Amino acid sequence: MAVDKNMNVLIVDDYKTMLRIIRNLLKQLGFNNVDEATDGAMALQMLRVGTYGLVISDWNMEPMTGLQLLREVRADPKLKPVPFIMVTAESKSENVIAAKEAGVSNYIVKPFNAETLKTKMSSVLGDF
Amino acid sequence: MPARGVDRDLELRLDAIRREHGDTVQVSKIGEVVRAMLDTMAGDIGAGDLRLYRELESLSQYIHAAKEEIAALRPGEIKNEFIASATDELDAIVGATEAATNEIMDAAESLGSLNAVLEQDVAERLDQITTRIFEACTFQDITGQRITKVVKALKEIEDRVEGLVKMFGADFADGKPKSDAPKDLTDQDLLNGPQLPGNGTNQADIDALLASFD
Repeated sequence: MAVDKNMNVLIVDDYKTMLRIIRNLLKQLGFNNVDEATDGAMALQMLRVGTYGLVISDWNMEPMTGLQLLREVRADPKLKPVPFIMVTAESKSENVIAAKEAGVSNYIVKPFNAETLKTKMSSVLGDF
Repeated sequence: MPARGVDRDLELRLDAIRREHGDTVQVSKIGEVVRAMLDTMAGDIGAGDLRLYRELESLSQYIHAAKEEIAALRPGEIKNEFIASATDELDAIVGATEAATNEIMDAAESLGSLNAVLEQDVAERLDQITTRIFEACTFQDITGQRITKVVKALKEIEDRVEGLVKMFGADFADGKPKSDAPKDLTDQDLLNGPQLPGNGTNQADIDALLASFD
C-alpha cells in the first residue's frame, strides 16, 4: 500500500532547532503536515486529541521523556498502533533494549542524515 | 579507662554542643572539644589514658592540618568565581551556537524557496545541498547536550565544595580578601577572551573610543 504523505506527523524534541531540522528534512521527503511538541507530556496531549500516522521523538526531555511517552502511547488502546521512531543521542545498547521493550518501531542515533531518516521511516511506513 | 571526671566533662560538653548545633557540628567545634579534653587530663594517668591522650592529640593535629589545607584551596573563590564563570560561559556557548544554527537554516530555507523558479535538475541539486546543510546543523543539538553534562558535573563539584565550606565554617567562605587598591595591568591581565553577552564593548563603541584618540 502506498504511503500517504499527507498523514499528520508529530515530532517531539525539547530543542527547537532540532524540530526545525527534522521538519525541513520531512518536507524534503514530501511530508508537509508536521506538528511539533517540546516534551512528552505535550506530545501525549496532542496525540490524544489529534490523529497522527507517525511519531518521531527525542528521548531526553522534561517533564516526560521520550521513553515515558512511548510507554504511554503503547498503553493507550487508541494510540498503540501508531508507529514511533526514537531519534536520540542516547546510544548505549541498554537504551536501545529499553526502547525496544517499550515498543519502539525504530531507533535513530543523533547525529543522523536524511537518508537514515528516510530508511527508518520506510521500514515502519512502507517504501516511499 | 579514662577518668570519671573526663567522661562527665565530655558528656556535658557534648550536650552543650548538641543543644547549640543539633547533630551537625562544625569540625572546628570538634577540635575545641578534643583540646578541652586534653587540657583536663591532668594528674595520674594510666596506660589506657595515655593511649587515649595520644589518639586525641593526633586527631587534633589532623583536624588542624585538614583545616589549613582546605583553607588554602579557597573554596569560596572556587564556588563563587571559577564555577560560576564556567557555567556562564557554557550557557553563552549554547546560546551562540543555537543562534548561528538558526541563521544557517534561515539561509538554507531561503535557498530551498528558489526551487520553484529553477530548472528541475538544478532544483534537485539544490535540494541535495540544502539537505546536507540541515544534516550538518544537527551538531548543535549534540553539543548542547554535551555542555549540559559538563554543567551538571560542575554543579556537583560546586555542591561538594559548599559542603566543605559548611563543615569548616564561614571563615573559609571567601578565602583571602582581595585588595581594593588599583593595580597595574600586566599583559596577562589583558588576556580575557570573549565577554559574556552584554559585558563587552560593541564595535560602534570601540570605533568611538579609537576616534577619541585622534
